[in-house]
Amino acid sequence: MIIYVTDRDGTEHELEAVEGWRVMEIIREHGLPVKAECGGCCLCATCHVYVDPAWVDRLPPMRDEENVQLDEAVGLEDNSRLSCQLIMSEELDGLRVTLAPGTEV
Amino acid sequence: MELETPEAGQKFETDVIIVGAGPVGLFAVFELGLLDMKAHLVDILDRPGGQCTELYPEKPIYDIPAWPVITGQDLTNRLLEQITPFAPTFHLGQMAEQLEKLEDGRWRLTTDRGTVLEAPVVVIAAGGGSFVPKRPVLTNLEAYEGRSVFYAVQRMDQFRDKTVLIAGGGDSALDWALNLSPIARRVVLVHRRDDFRAAPDSVAKMRALVDAGEMDLHIGALKELRGADGQLSSVLFQAKGEDPLEISCDAMLAFYGLTMKLGPVADWGLNVDQNLIPVDTEKFETSTPRIFAIGDINWYPGKLKLILSGFHEAALMAQQAFRYVYPDKRLRFQYTTSSSDLQEKLGVADGS
Repeated sequence: MIIYVTDRDGTEHELEAVEGWRVMEIIREHGLPVKAECGGCCLCATCHVYVDPAWVDRLPPMRDEENVQLDEAVGLEDNSRLSCQLIMSEELDGLRVTLAPGTEV
Repeated sequence: MELETPEAGQKFETDVIIVGAGPVGLFAVFELGLLDMKAHLVDILDRPGGQCTELYPEKPIYDIPAWPVITGQDLTNRLLEQITPFAPTFHLGQMAEQLEKLEDGRWRLTTDRGTVLEAPVVVIAAGGGSFVPKRPVLTNLEAYEGRSVFYAVQRMDQFRDKTVLIAGGGDSALDWALNLSPIARRVVLVHRRDDFRAAPDSVAKMRALVDAGEMDLHIGALKELRGADGQLSSVLFQAKGEDPLEISCDAMLAFYGLTMKLGPVADWGLNVDQNLIPVDTEKFETSTPRIFAIGDINWYPGKLKLILSGFHEAALMAQQAFRYVYPDKRLRFQYTTSSSDLQEKLGVADGS
C-alpha cells in the first residue's frame, strides 16, 4: 500500500503505508514535517490535509469530532480532513493528500 | 493549591528558573525541592498544566504510572498538590523572552512583561514551545496584525463604537462577541458552520442577539482582507455556493485556537535541531552548561515524548542542578520513604 503526500514546499512523496495506521502517523514515520501536536487525539487540527478531489468521496465520512476540530484548522477548504482521523486500509491504497498550512513543524 | 503569582515586572533571585509549567516543569519543582532548591516557573499560558490543560484537559491519559486513567486536568491538579510543600512561584501569562549570562555565571531571564529572574540554573521544560494563536490564511495578514487584526482583547475600550468582525466558533469567539456587543457599534460573528462548540449558554445568548437584530452572524469562510496601511475597511466573505459578500468592519478578532511555536528559546544560543534541544542522557543538560532541557522539548537517542520520560529526566536533572546551586555541599541520595529529612521538607515529618 502506498499514499502520496505533497509537503508544504510542494514536493510530492510516495510513502509506503501500513494498514491500520493513521495517515498522520505514516507521514510522520517517513520523516516528513507534520506538526500533529496533540499526537492523534483529534484535538489540535495541526495534521490538516487537503484530499485530492478524486479521493474526497472515497474516504470514510467525517465523525462529528473531526468536523468540530476542523473549526480550529486554518486555510480550510471543502476537501479538508484531519490526517489523524484517516485510518489506512486497502480502500485508501493510492490516496493523495497535501499538507495544509498550520502543519509546519 | 493557592498559586503564588506575583505581579509582573518585578525582579527575583532564585535557585532554578523553569521555563514551562506543564507536567514535567511541575514535577521538576518536586525533584528540585527535595534537594533544597527553590524554583520559579514561567509560562505563557495563564494557568499551569501546559498541553495537559490547554489541549486535552478532559482527555483520559492511560500511561501515567500508578494511574490507570487520569485526565490532563487531574494530572495537573495532582502535581500541584504534590509540589505544594515547595511553594514554587509562578509567572503566568508571560513569555520567557530573553536569556543572558551574568558575569558571576548565573542566568538572567526576562519575560515579555518585564519580569526579571536570576538563578544559577535554567531548566527548559517548554514542551512544543509557547502556545500562540493560530493565524488564519489570508493574504497580507501581517500588514493588519496588531493594528486592526487581533487574537486577543487587551482593552475592550479599543473596540468602542467600532464594527468588529469576530471569527471562530469556540468559547473565546462567543465570549468576546457577547462582551463586546454592548460597546461595539456592531459585532459580526463569522463561523464555518452553523453549529458552535462554545458553552451552550453563550450560544443561546448569541442566537438571541442575532434574532433580535443586534448582532450579525454569517456562516461561511473569510476570503480576503481589504483596507490600507494596516487598517481594515472590509472583509470578503463567502457562504457555500453563494457569491462573495463584502462585510464592512474596523477590526477583526480571530479565534482559531492555539498552537505551539518554539519562540524565543531558539535565540538563546543553544543547539537547536528541528525545534528540539539535544541533551545528554545522564544529566539532561544542553550543550550550554547550567541550562537543562527536559520533557518534549529535548532530544537524545531513543527519546520518547511521554510524560513519564519527562518525570525521569526531571529527577536526573535535579542531581546536577544541585551541584551548580550548592557547589560546596555533598549530595546525599535519599528515599522519601525512609528519610526523615525529606519527610520534613514534605511536611509529613511524623509519618502522617
